[in-house]
Amino acid sequence: MKYAIWGLVLLLIILHQDLWFWDDATLVFGFMPIGLLYHAGISVAAAVTWYLATLYAWPIDPAEDTPVNSENPATSGNPVISENNGGEA
Amino acid sequence: MIQLTIITVYLALLLILGVFSSRLFKGTSKDYMLASHSIGPFLLLMSIFGTTMTAFALVGSSGEAYKEGIGVYGMLASSSGIIHSLCFFVLGVKVWSLGKKYGYTTQIQFFRDRLESDKIGILLFPILVGLVIPYLLIGVMASGTVVNSVTEGAFESSFALYDYGVPPWLASLVICGVVLIYVFFGGMRGTAWANTFQTLVFMILGVVTFYIIADHLGGLKAASEAVAKKNPSKLMRSVAPEDQERYEQAYAQWKTMAKYNYASKKLKSISLTEEQKKAAYAAFKPRMPNWQLKAETIFAKKNGLLKQLSIAQINDAYLWQDDRIPPETKPEDWDKTELTHEKLQQYPRKPGAELAGYKIFADKIGHPKKLIDPKNPKAGKFWTRKKARGVYRATKWAPDAPHHIDPWKFLTYLFVPLSVGMFPHLFQHWLTAKNANSFKLPVVAHPVFIMIVWVPCVLVGVWATSAELNGKAMFPPHFPPNAVLATMVKMITTPVLTGFLTAGILAAIMSSLDSQFLCVGTIFTEDIVVHYGGKNRFSDKQTVIIARLFIIAIVALTYFFSLFEPRQVFTLGVWCFSGFSSLFPLILAALYWKRLTKAGAYACIITAISLWLYLFTMSDYAAISNFTINFGGDSFVSFTKPGQHIEPGIIQTMPVMTMILGSTLAMILVSLITKPPSQETLDRFFPTK
Repeated sequence: MKYAIWGLVLLLIILHQDLWFWDDATLVFGFMPIGLLYHAGISVAAAVTWYLATLYAWPIDPAEDTPVNSENPATSGNPVISENNGGEA
Repeated sequence: MIQLTIITVYLALLLILGVFSSRLFKGTSKDYMLASHSIGPFLLLMSIFGTTMTAFALVGSSGEAYKEGIGVYGMLASSSGIIHSLCFFVLGVKVWSLGKKYGYTTQIQFFRDRLESDKIGILLFPILVGLVIPYLLIGVMASGTVVNSVTEGAFESSFALYDYGVPPWLASLVICGVVLIYVFFGGMRGTAWANTFQTLVFMILGVVTFYIIADHLGGLKAASEAVAKKNPSKLMRSVAPEDQERYEQAYAQWKTMAKYNYASKKLKSISLTEEQKKAAYAAFKPRMPNWQLKAETIFAKKNGLLKQLSIAQINDAYLWQDDRIPPETKPEDWDKTELTHEKLQQYPRKPGAELAGYKIFADKIGHPKKLIDPKNPKAGKFWTRKKARGVYRATKWAPDAPHHIDPWKFLTYLFVPLSVGMFPHLFQHWLTAKNANSFKLPVVAHPVFIMIVWVPCVLVGVWATSAELNGKAMFPPHFPPNAVLATMVKMITTPVLTGFLTAGILAAIMSSLDSQFLCVGTIFTEDIVVHYGGKNRFSDKQTVIIARLFIIAIVALTYFFSLFEPRQVFTLGVWCFSGFSSLFPLILAALYWKRLTKAGAYACIITAISLWLYLFTMSDYAAISNFTINFGGDSFVSFTKPGQHIEPGIIQTMPVMTMILGSTLAMILVSLITKPPSQETLDRFFPTK
């Protein structure tokens, strides 16, 4: 399913290049330029694709997704390297 | 004055919100910088959306659509809907998870840890801050311009130099002060709340304004049909034949006018008698500003008076009329070949040339609410200084040639929104999330929110190209695109609505400024002061004080820069986004590629910034607003020159593409030939399940 989701994202990027509407000034419903309507549709399609991604390709395991305990984080923002300045650039 | 009152009340409301949120402040640095990781889905959506939508969202979108047509939506908005959510999904969730595990507050902490390099912070800090400052400048300067524009005539006798409105420097100062106060007291929690409130304000007011403008222009259909009739190219991404024909006619007329003007005013070789002038005026119908010159031009042409000019004089005439700086040494064919419009535009325009309008129209400039001649109301009201500059440009300079959007440029624009992946202020917002699930709503709703804001703005910008008021075009040629929305609202709506819409525009601006100010304060405190000063040297309270002091310093610095009004501030914005985008491969590889090494990361950053500096210099420091890297034609690769029109068939690419390709290549090659990260680091960042 993950591959299908990434396939959809790739398809969106391809469909974004709408060469077929490049020189089309048609007004849909009498007021909406067809190129603008098409890209508004791309925005809606993007929202649907990302909704599917949150359902089928969510990167975090639900078991890991616990709220942060701000009083006691694993470390306090000091990277390991600062305590051991070996490996300097 | 009504507009000014509404803006003042709105700013006061924000201050109250900031002070109220500060009452929930727990006093710890984690709470100040990350709101104690307490931000849920709705606040996260609103604060992320508010942060990514800058002055560009309302002012820039309508201005760009006015200039380029509907194609800007695909280039800037629908592409962002895909790419921004991609960044939240692929990077944001993972960053939040690592931040939760290892307690990061800033990007630099993550990179130091992941790359096993302390000094990476010293390299990244000036680059990130240096790229954020132009971004901040866009907001600060746009706020000053907008407030000045809508408050014209608000004062009876003060600020005459600023059209009797609030001076931009004062408006920018007040906006900076308000943002500073609520960020100072409220920290990240105040910022998230203020962003949510302001995002709601600018979305609702944007839609209301759209409805009112459409209604005023005779409805949706009438507004769009006017564009189809007068400027059909704005409804698509190529040039309509009728627009090309109209331009060619207008340019031919302009050339004749340039010749007459030069011959009569500069060479003084033509001088119409009073009788000839009378005859010229009698035969000319339209009465637009400066119409007498047009009438005299036609008369001179009809009577063969312009034939005496040599080609060299004609070329001089074109430069003079278009306020271009003449070359020190004239090209060899100067007296043999007439300049084309494209060649003409390659000579830089004299800076501040339009200020001559103040002198020419001195008797018309005054308080915009007072009549020029109270005994003769038909003479109309006094002009603003802006109008004098506008009339000067519209009546003197050559008309703009219509142009298409190149499909390759359109495609490579997709790289620009990748900047979101490396924005330090967004990184900080990601870390404020309560849990990973909080990201789901922003990931899904972001593209739709962009659509809700951008579609109306793009339509309004396109309508503005053909809108009329009392039978006259609402916007003259060469009108500054970024002033279109505010001017249109002021011209056709009530002062109350103008005040509300201005509050909406300021909301969009301030909802980005606040996060950026807070972020710069945070990275300075965490990555420089605390990191190098030592964790135990400062108490938590002192850390908050240092962050606040640095925020004051950065606000003051940004405000100071804004007083110099750097040119092309919006173009500068695209360059600043491109800089962040060129670092996108680094964050992606740091999260997903085990083989990324410290040396590879350095190679990526150094290549990205070197290419950025080189290409920025080639663009004449953003002065060439349509700068692209072009493939094909006479040479394999070339850079766009000032005023150059790129022929269809040549591949135009945004500079960001080259930057990203260069930084990615350097990162991969150097990583592959250097020692991989330690097993300890790999275990920390890529644990086996």
